[in-house]
Amino acid sequence: MIITKLKRITRTGFINFWRNGFLSFAAIVVITLSLSSLGGLIFASAFARSMLSEVKDKVDINVYFTLSAQEPDILSLQKDINILPQVASTSYVSSDQALVGFKMRWRDNTLIMQGLDEIGTNPFPASLNIKAKDPGQYGSIASFLDNKNPIDASGVPIIDKVNYAENKIIIDRLSSIIPTVEKSGSVIAIIFVLVAMIVVFNTIRLIIYAARDEISVMKLVGASNTFVRGPFVVSGIMYGFISGIITLIVMAVGAYWGDTLILKLAGVDVAANFQLMVNVFSTYFAKNFGQIFSIIMLSGVVLGGLSSYIAARRYLKV
Amino acid sequence: MIYYDKVSKIYPDKSVALDGISFGVEPKEFVTIVGHSGAGKTTLMKLLIAEDKPTGGTISFESLNVNKLNKKQLNKLRRRVGMVFQDFRLIPNKTVYENIAFAMEASGRSDSQISADVPHVLELVDLSHKIWSFPKELSGGESQRVAIARAIVNNPEIIIADEPTGNLDPANTFEVIRILKKINELGTTVLLTTHNKGVVDAVGGRVITMEKGKIVRDDKSGKYIL
Repeated sequence: MIITKLKRITRTGFINFWRNGFLSFAAIVVITLSLSSLGGLIFASAFARSMLSEVKDKVDINVYFTLSAQEPDILSLQKDINILPQVASTSYVSSDQALVGFKMRWRDNTLIMQGLDEIGTNPFPASLNIKAKDPGQYGSIASFLDNKNPIDASGVPIIDKVNYAENKIIIDRLSSIIPTVEKSGSVIAIIFVLVAMIVVFNTIRLIIYAARDEISVMKLVGASNTFVRGPFVVSGIMYGFISGIITLIVMAVGAYWGDTLILKLAGVDVAANFQLMVNVFSTYFAKNFGQIFSIIMLSGVVLGGLSSYIAARRYLKV
Repeated sequence: MIYYDKVSKIYPDKSVALDGISFGVEPKEFVTIVGHSGAGKTTLMKLLIAEDKPTGGTISFESLNVNKLNKKQLNKLRRRVGMVFQDFRLIPNKTVYENIAFAMEASGRSDSQISADVPHVLELVDLSHKIWSFPKELSGGESQRVAIARAIVNNPEIIIADEPTGNLDPANTFEVIRILKKINELGTTVLLTTHNKGVVDAVGGRVITMEKGKIVRDDKSGKYIL
């Protein structure tokens, strides 16, 4: 009995979808537009997030050691720092590596290379590069280093200098800007989603309003609420499903187009330097396809189905 | 079978549609209710299927108090009543077949019953050839015959026809009345409203005359007197 009922509701929903071709088309256009704005939002937030993480990644502090500092002392300090909860990663650059790096960078500049030869010894200190999980946490890492003030076997401090003070202004500013950007991003997202929901709901309400006389006849013939409302919900789900698929196609095309646009705007050279700028959208789309697919399809289906369910309610009271 | 007991209906704008109406309808009766437009005929019909609620009094369908039914009971009651309206009220995006099948689906009939009964009932109203047409492809008379087919397909105990001939030409009017009389002869109670003298005279049978929300005459075998 329930299966028969379900079958009839589904079939009627499908038939109504076809026969109300123009209305179905209108609903699909509106839902597709709404879902596409949601898709655009997903892309925008992915772009902003990858930009932010790139910026965050650029922020760090370096600990420069004295020339006399011994490697085992430095490595044991690195171990201590790695344990700190606010530290994301550390990397140790020995004075030899620093020299090699310097030579590589300035190999075409004979003047500098000559000056380096004249010094004779390696003038570069060993250093430790520290990245925090959050830009706001560099202060506490710097004060940890201040308090600890590690010394070598003969009691001489091994840290020459920490460049936190020099980077402090940038770090402070970033750590206040980033949360603001993230917060306003979510507010904009919520407003977008709300507007999309209202527009879709009202469109479907108009469609069902057009069928209100039909609904009252069905009720007077003795049909139950489920039986009258069911087909509308099925049609609503179909609107959402088809809109979802169209939206995903639009997003794929949009991702490709967006990537090309960025390359064009930023120039191929700049884009090549910033790895993230190359194919940021299509990479994100491909990598997170499962998640994007679920979000878009689910939003479409739930939005369509639920709107129909709620909109039909008021005409069922016959 | 049906009892109206001191039923009154006052609309929110204080217009009185029904004013203390009492009468009963016996099984297998053919009752015609006549009166001018605004006499309260349509309200009387609406109250019987709880499309509207009375301001006072009770309406009973056999032992059921129509206004005390829950949703489920009300749906069941409506399936025992076949409704025919002046404006046909067919579902526009369903074919003739589907319009009739819908009433059967709503009352939970099986697919095989539906595919057997719908053509049969269409034969009864002589519209077998229109089975796959949509309502907009039908004339007024054809539409009303489809509406009657929909009303009788569930073998209701009573047919309520509210001005079923109001939008029809004389030839179709008498065709509809002929069908209703045939249905009545087969054992279904019929409650018909009209303001058409010719219809009343063609039906014969009991005539209730209404005026300004009151019953002014109730004749066993009446004529149209207003």
